[in-house]
Amino acid sequence: MLKGYVPPYNATVVQKLLDKGAVLMGKTNLDEFAMGSGSTDGVFGPVKNPWSYSKQYREKRKQKAHGENEDSNWLITGGSSGGSAAAVAAFTCFAALGSDTGGSTRNPAAHCGVVGFKPSYGLVSRHGLIPLVNSMDVPGILTRCVDDAAIVLGMLAGHDPKDSTTIQDPVKPFTLPTFADVNKLCIGIPKEYLAPELSSEVRSFWSKAANLFESEGAKVIEVSLPHTSYSIVCYHVLCTSEVASNMARFDGLEYGHRCDINVSTEAMYAATRREGFNDVVRGRILSGNFFLLKENYENYFIKAQKVRRLIANDFVNVFNSGVDVLLTPTTLSEAVPYLEFIKEDNRTRSAQDDIFTQAVNMAGLPAVSVPVALSNQGLPIGLQFIGRAFCDQQLLKIAKWFEKQVQFPVIQLQELMDDCSSDFEIEKLSSVSLKQ
Amino acid sequence: MAALVVRLSCLGKRWVLACIDGGSRHGRGAAIGLTSRRKRGQSSVAQQPLIAVQKSRKGEREWAAVVGLEIHAQISSNSKLFSGSQVHFAAPPNSLVSFFDASLPGTLPVLNRRCVEAAVMTGLALNCRINKKSLFDRKHYFYADLPAGYQITQQRLPIAVNGCLAYSVSVGKKPSQVSTRTVRIKQIQLEQDSGKSLHDEPRSQTLIDLNRAGVGLLEVVLEPDMSCGEEAASAVRELQLILQALGTSQANMAEGQLRVDANISVHHPGEPLGVRTEVKNLNSARFLAKAIDFEIKRQIHELENGRKILNETRSFDDKLGCTMPMRDKEGKQDYRFMPEPNLPPLLLYDTASLPPGADPQQVINIDWIRERLPELPGKTREKLIQQYGMLPEHSFTLLNEVGLLEFFQNVIKETRAEPKKVTSWVLNIFLGFLKQQNLAVNESPVTPSALAELLNLLDRKAISSSAARQVFEELWRSKGKTPSQIVSEKKLELMQDQEALERVCHTVMEGHPQVVMDMKRGNPRAINKLIGLVRKATLSRADPTVIKEILERKLSS
Repeated sequence: MLKGYVPPYNATVVQKLLDKGAVLMGKTNLDEFAMGSGSTDGVFGPVKNPWSYSKQYREKRKQKAHGENEDSNWLITGGSSGGSAAAVAAFTCFAALGSDTGGSTRNPAAHCGVVGFKPSYGLVSRHGLIPLVNSMDVPGILTRCVDDAAIVLGMLAGHDPKDSTTIQDPVKPFTLPTFADVNKLCIGIPKEYLAPELSSEVRSFWSKAANLFESEGAKVIEVSLPHTSYSIVCYHVLCTSEVASNMARFDGLEYGHRCDINVSTEAMYAATRREGFNDVVRGRILSGNFFLLKENYENYFIKAQKVRRLIANDFVNVFNSGVDVLLTPTTLSEAVPYLEFIKEDNRTRSAQDDIFTQAVNMAGLPAVSVPVALSNQGLPIGLQFIGRAFCDQQLLKIAKWFEKQVQFPVIQLQELMDDCSSDFEIEKLSSVSLKQ
Repeated sequence: MAALVVRLSCLGKRWVLACIDGGSRHGRGAAIGLTSRRKRGQSSVAQQPLIAVQKSRKGEREWAAVVGLEIHAQISSNSKLFSGSQVHFAAPPNSLVSFFDASLPGTLPVLNRRCVEAAVMTGLALNCRINKKSLFDRKHYFYADLPAGYQITQQRLPIAVNGCLAYSVSVGKKPSQVSTRTVRIKQIQLEQDSGKSLHDEPRSQTLIDLNRAGVGLLEVVLEPDMSCGEEAASAVRELQLILQALGTSQANMAEGQLRVDANISVHHPGEPLGVRTEVKNLNSARFLAKAIDFEIKRQIHELENGRKILNETRSFDDKLGCTMPMRDKEGKQDYRFMPEPNLPPLLLYDTASLPPGADPQQVINIDWIRERLPELPGKTREKLIQQYGMLPEHSFTLLNEVGLLEFFQNVIKETRAEPKKVTSWVLNIFLGFLKQQNLAVNESPVTPSALAELLNLLDRKAISSSAARQVFEELWRSKGKTPSQIVSEKKLELMQDQEALERVCHTVMEGHPQVVMDMKRGNPRAINKLIGLVRKATLSRADPTVIKEILERKLSS
C-alpha cells in the first residue's frame, strides 16, 4: 500500500535523534503494518536471523544435520520489528527503533540476542508512528546493551505537543547508576505465565534467574495475574477493531498505491485496498469491522475494554502489594526455522507468540527483554522484566544489573566477516556501545 | 429567563394538543380559528403549533407535522479543529491542507483551544449544561472527501446538552402579532468538517478540495419541537444571530458556514409519531422553509393516498421546488462508532474545581467564559425597547436585517431627532426602499450620516415631512449630494419668515371671504381648505401647523 511513499515529515522520535547528531543508517524490514510475530510477511520478503549464520549455531547444527544446504534452514528473527533487531544483532548499527504493540520489539530482541525495550505508554511520542493499535502502540528501542537503551530513551522521552497522549512532564536524559540494593528488591513471578507450551530450556533459565535474585538477597515471590488467560482474545478484539479504523485512510486517493480502475470511487477503493494489503491485514480489517458493528459493539468491543481494565488492574494490584518488578519469559522458545514457522498462519502464530508480551501493552507498562544465555542449539534466549508505569528508569537499572550478572556471549559472525577486511577483533565489538 | 419560558411553554403545548383533539370534533379548521383569535399577551404563554393543523381532504382527520433540525455551524477560528492549517473561505484548492488533514499515516489530532471555547460560549448562550467531561469518537464511512475514512465527532458524550432556544414567529397578518416559541436543544458537539467534492460530469471525474477538511464544526441538534417551515426558519435565524453575536461562527449560509438538515414527519394528533425523512444540506434561509413545507405536504399526500413514508434521506431541488430521494443512501448506514484513542477525555473546569497551580494556557474555566459572554440578541432587543421605546416587532426587524442595527445606531448617534422618529424612518422608509430594489443594507446609497442630517433638518423644522420624503428620494437616486444641498437646490426649505407667512395668510383670507365665513361658523373643514390654499401659495414651503395657528389667531382677533 505504501510502496514508493516517501513521508514528507519525520517522526518525533526520529527527529529527536537526528537533532542530537544521530546518523540514520537506513530503514529496516518488518511484518506488513507491524502485524505478525515472525517478520515473515513483509513486501520485501522475510527477515533472516543473523544467528542463523553464527558460529555458535552452526557448530551445534553440524552435530545434527547431514547434507543440508547451509542456507536453506535459516531462522526467523521473530517480529514484527525483526529487521531492526537483526540490524542491531549483526552490528550494522548501535541502536534501532521498532514498534511494540503486543511484543513486536521484545519478541525479536529475545530471538536475536539483543536488548528490546518497551517504554511506558505516553512516555515517548507516537507522532509519526504508523498506528496499529493507538491505545497500545509505543516506539520500541533495540540495542546491544541496557546502557545504550537508557541513552536512547533519555533522548526520546518527554511531552510532545503533537501527540496528545504523551505525559505533560518533560524528561531529562539520565545515566543509569549501578544498582546496589538488590536485597531490597521484590521480584514477582506470575504463576499464570507458566504455560504448558513453554520450552523446558526457557523455563529452566527463568528459574535460574529467579534463583540468582534470591541469592543476592532479593525477595522472590509467586504472584497472580488472574485474567491472563483472557488476554489473547481481548487483545485480538481490540487490536482488530482499531486496525479496521486505522486502515480506513488507505484508499489510494491522497498517497500510496492506487489501482487502475476508474469506473467509480467505490470500485477504486475496493481494488486499491485488495491490491495494497496482504491477507493478514485484510483479515484483521474484516474482523475489526465485524466487532465494531452496532449489533456487536456491546458484546465484543465494550466487553473487551472491560476485560482490558481487569487485566490492567491485575498488574496494579500486584505492584501495590509490594512487588517492584515482574520477571517472566519473553518467548516460548528460541527462534525457529522459517520453514517450520510458516506451517501455521500469521494469526495462529501471533496468538501463540504474543502470550507473554501483549498483556503489558494492554496495561501500558514498561518492559524490557534482556538476553540471558544461549540454548542447547546455540541460539539466544531472553527474559522479560515488567515495571511499574513510568518507572522506566528503575526498570532499566534492574535490567542492567541482571545483564552484568549473566554476561551474555557476543555473537560470532566470524565466517561472514572474513569476507571483508577487518582490523578489529570481534570480541571488542560488544563493548563498542554508545556509552564512552 | 429562558428556562422559565420553557416550563411555561411545555405546559402550554401539552394543553393545546389536547385542545386540537377536542377541536377536531368541531370540524376542520376550528383549532386554527381558536388560536388566531387569542390576544397577543396570552399567546406567549400557551404555545400553539402554527400551521400544525393542516387542512386535509374531505372527512380526513387533521395532520400535525413534527420538525427537528441538525445544524452545522463552522467555528470562526484561525486554524482547524485538530490541526494547525488555516481556515479561509475561497482559498486556492488544496492550499490549506496539513499532513493530518490529508490523513498521512502517523499524524495525530491535537485539539484547538479556541474551538472548545467557542463550543462552551455557544452552549452557555443556549442555556445548556456544559459537560465538564466530554469524549471524542470516530464515525466511519468511506467517501472521497473524508481522507481518514472516519470523522472525529462527539457521539457518546458531547460538550453541551439540554439547552433551549427562544425565537419568535408571526401568528397573524399584523406585524404586531408575534409569538415567542422555544425549541429544546438536545446537544452541541464538536466535530470535523469534510472536504468538498466537485462532480465533473462531462469528464466523469470528481475533484476533491481538502481545504475544508478538518475545519471545526459545532453541531447543534434541535429537538422536534417545531411544526412547520416558518418556525424552523425563525429558529435558524435566531441561532444565526446568537452565533454572530458571540463571534463563534459567522454563520453565513451562502458561504457554507451554516448548514441545516431537517428531520420531518407527520402524524394525526394523539397518535404516535410517523416515519421521518431527513432533508439534507439546506443551504439557504429562503429554501429552508420552502423545503420543509413541501416535504410536509408531500408526506401528507402520500399517506392520504394510502402509501407509506420511507425512512430515507432526501435533498431539496430549489429549481423544481421539491424534495428528491438522494441516490446513494439506501439502507441504514452503520457508522461503527469507536472511541477516538488519540484524544484523552476533554476536561473543563469552573472556578470551584480549577486545580491549584494549573497552567491557564492548558485549562478552560467555564465561569470565566460565562462572565465574558457578549450581549445576546434577546438582550439587545430588550435594550432597544427600553432605551428607545420601540415596539418588540421593531426590535426583531432591526436585528433580523443584516447590518440594519448598526445603521440605526449610527443614525441615532448623529441626530438630535427623537428615537421613535428614527425608528420609523429606518424601518419604514429606508427599509422599504431597500426591499423595493432588493438591496442589502451595505449596498444602500444613503449613508447613516446623510439620513441623520435629513432628520436633523426635519427636527429643526427647516423642512416639512413631505419635503423630507422628497429629499430622501433624491438622496437615494443621486449619490454624493447632502440633504442640505438637495433642500436648497429644490427650494424645499420651510418658510422661516413669520411675517411673510402672516402676510400670505392675510392675503388668502381676504381673497376667500366665503371660506372665512364658514370658518367663523365653526366648519372644521373650512380651515383645512384655507390651510391648503396657503400652502399652495407658499409652494408647500410652510408648516401646516404654523399656518393653522396663524389663521386661528387672525380669526379670533
